Amino acid sequence: MYKYDHIDQKIVNERVNQYQNQLNRYLNKELSDEEFRPLRLQNGLYIQRHAPMLRVAIPYGLLSSKQLYKLADIADKYDRGYGHFSTRQNIQFNWPKLEDTPNILRELAEVEMHAIQTSGNCIRNITTDQFAGVTDDEIIDPRHIAEIIRQWSTFHPEFALLPRKFKIAITGSSKDRALVQCHDIGLEFFINTNNKMSIKVWVGGGLGRTPIIGSVIKNELEWEHILTYCEAILRVYNLYGRRDNMYKARIKILVKSLGIEAFKKLVEDEWRYIKNGPNTINVEELSRVKKYFSEPDYKKDIKNNLKDHGSNKAFNQWLSRSTKGHKKTGYRAVTFSLKETGCAPGDASSTQMKAVSTLADAYSFGEIRVSHEQNLILADVQEDRLYELWIKAKEYHLVTPNIGLLTDIICCPGGDFCSLANAKSIPIAQSIQDLFDDMDYLHDIGDLNLNISGCMNACGHHHVGHIGILGVDKDGSEWYQVTLGGNQGNFASIGKVIGPSFSAEEMPVIVKKIIEVYLNNRQKEEIFIDCVSRIGLEPFKNYIYKDSEVTK
Amino acid sequence: MTSQLIKGKDIVKDDWVITELAETEQVIRMQAGKVVAFKLSGEDYPASKQVKETIFSDTGKVLLPLKVFMLHQEKLKERLANEEIGIWFSTHEEIHKFTEAIGDLNHFPLIAIHVEKFADGRIFSIGSQLRNKYNFKNELRAFGDVLRDQIFFLKRSGFDSYLIREDRNAKDAIKGLNDFSDPYQGASDILEPVWKRRKR
Repeated sequence: MYKYDHIDQKIVNERVNQYQNQLNRYLNKELSDEEFRPLRLQNGLYIQRHAPMLRVAIPYGLLSSKQLYKLADIADKYDRGYGHFSTRQNIQFNWPKLEDTPNILRELAEVEMHAIQTSGNCIRNITTDQFAGVTDDEIIDPRHIAEIIRQWSTFHPEFALLPRKFKIAITGSSKDRALVQCHDIGLEFFINTNNKMSIKVWVGGGLGRTPIIGSVIKNELEWEHILTYCEAILRVYNLYGRRDNMYKARIKILVKSLGIEAFKKLVEDEWRYIKNGPNTINVEELSRVKKYFSEPDYKKDIKNNLKDHGSNKAFNQWLSRSTKGHKKTGYRAVTFSLKETGCAPGDASSTQMKAVSTLADAYSFGEIRVSHEQNLILADVQEDRLYELWIKAKEYHLVTPNIGLLTDIICCPGGDFCSLANAKSIPIAQSIQDLFDDMDYLHDIGDLNLNISGCMNACGHHHVGHIGILGVDKDGSEWYQVTLGGNQGNFASIGKVIGPSFSAEEMPVIVKKIIEVYLNNRQKEEIFIDCVSRIGLEPFKNYIYKDSEVTK
Repeated sequence: MTSQLIKGKDIVKDDWVITELAETEQVIRMQAGKVVAFKLSGEDYPASKQVKETIFSDTGKVLLPLKVFMLHQEKLKERLANEEIGIWFSTHEEIHKFTEAIGDLNHFPLIAIHVEKFADGRIFSIGSQLRNKYNFKNELRAFGDVLRDQIFFLKRSGFDSYLIREDRNAKDAIKGLNDFSDPYQGASDILEPVWKRRKR
């Protein structure tokens, strides 16, 4: 993975000093609340329900074992012994003290980490495929360009105070796992007809209260121009994006109101005079960064060694759901589920983090990835060591074999923690997990994404969940709206609302009814989302609302 | 009173007089407490009545609102040649609508941009365009809600003078220029990105 040189390290160290100074001025009342707000946000610090929340950046979801161990240490020392992995591959601490935050950042800097631009109206963490570099459907490893964009966007002077936040995602696979069509800018790598690395550029996608699938602004951009092209897009957005109404300030609203053609024209006009300028990437820089992501020292001459363990059904279920094919013969990528029933989705205790760190050293070249589904991944595990790993990880409750299943719920922190939320989300996730705790039944239901957000900011990506649940506030109480048919990946779509919303108590039963309709209608091997696309919403609506004296 | 003006790396006396726009009875539309003035709405801002009623000094170095300059352009030729005329405009105004009529922006010894709120980052892109698209070479100044924590970014976006908000200490603010010593990306002050400037 990428390793800091003295230049990277100095920038992070200088940031800690700058932030310490900003905080001091705030505590000395030299900065007002309003003036300190954008400064602390650009450092991932929110003022939340109980305490400040600090969001730490995990660039494109990649962590070393040493870094994960440090995160666990920080959770113990400054927080309550746990952290929450977010849908943007970052980690959040919910209970730090304001005065401690510079020390936390100082400790993070020791392991080449920071909280730069994890919040605020700026370019956020660059996200990508959690299986980058190991997946067999990969065309280009997206991490090289992700790192180059990370450096370019870090303290970019022109884009420090945008109309609203700005998120970039990159995929290098034929199968998109990075949601590129739902980002402010989405970059899809491919090899063009001249055998050159090129990029299809999407713009103006996003979830939030106005979910929109992005539009293609450029079908084929040669890779060396990616920074100048992003600069042109961002300049147009910075100048023309709305700043009077924060709910209409994202780039998607600008693209939609101008139309993609008019927007593109403005971008091309800006690009014309910076194209081939100093920020054009050269081959030397690409190779410099690329070498950090070279293949680990895979064992040669090992054969496929994937075997189940006789009657050990739990292991076999885990093997089929939680491990994934690898480009190297004899290896698999393992996903540790942070979705055990009874736990808040995405939460990991410091004990779990330390265990994963140690297991990564022993089984996977000391690297860990965080997925946007809020799980942890060891990407390079030898097949003949899977059983051993499973036994050890089981002790730490990391092997629930529900990856990609109904209980692998994507969920935001919700009303329990977040001051933006309209409703709680974690208890809803837990009540659903409680109802569906029979693994055989879950495996029979098969692939299904259930996403929950506690408000329309959509941190839980409810729009693209096959089943989406959105917390809404009506007359001061919490209700839940259900959508069906959302999808992520290459065929991304936004789910449709099925009807009036439900109370928290009703939610598990409603999900159960949805599943019953699916099971009664599915054709052989047909997964949930395909069944919904085929039969439409009506059968679900009819069954769910048939005898309920419709709630609200 | 000490000066609030930082120019380059020093605090200096300001020898320019800013001409404010005439007070107006025009209703300013507010939404959620913020002024609605979009570039996209096509609204005329400032209003032509306001521009006509603006008065400015006949002598000395004056910094005129962009549209006031446009209105009096013909009769200001001599003063312009004497380097007595600068222009200023706000972040929601668009310079590109006037560049053709103005000709070379380098006739102005000073262009100043007014930023009403700290969080309004349009000022950075305006600076960048003035330097790189319109090749403006002379003094570029930020004024309004200008505080310590913006000026590193302002410098990198092509600004070289900063009139710090009156209630803040310019001596403290000037420290902000040194927040970072070796930035990653090429921008208006240091054109090359770090991987072209340094051996990595």
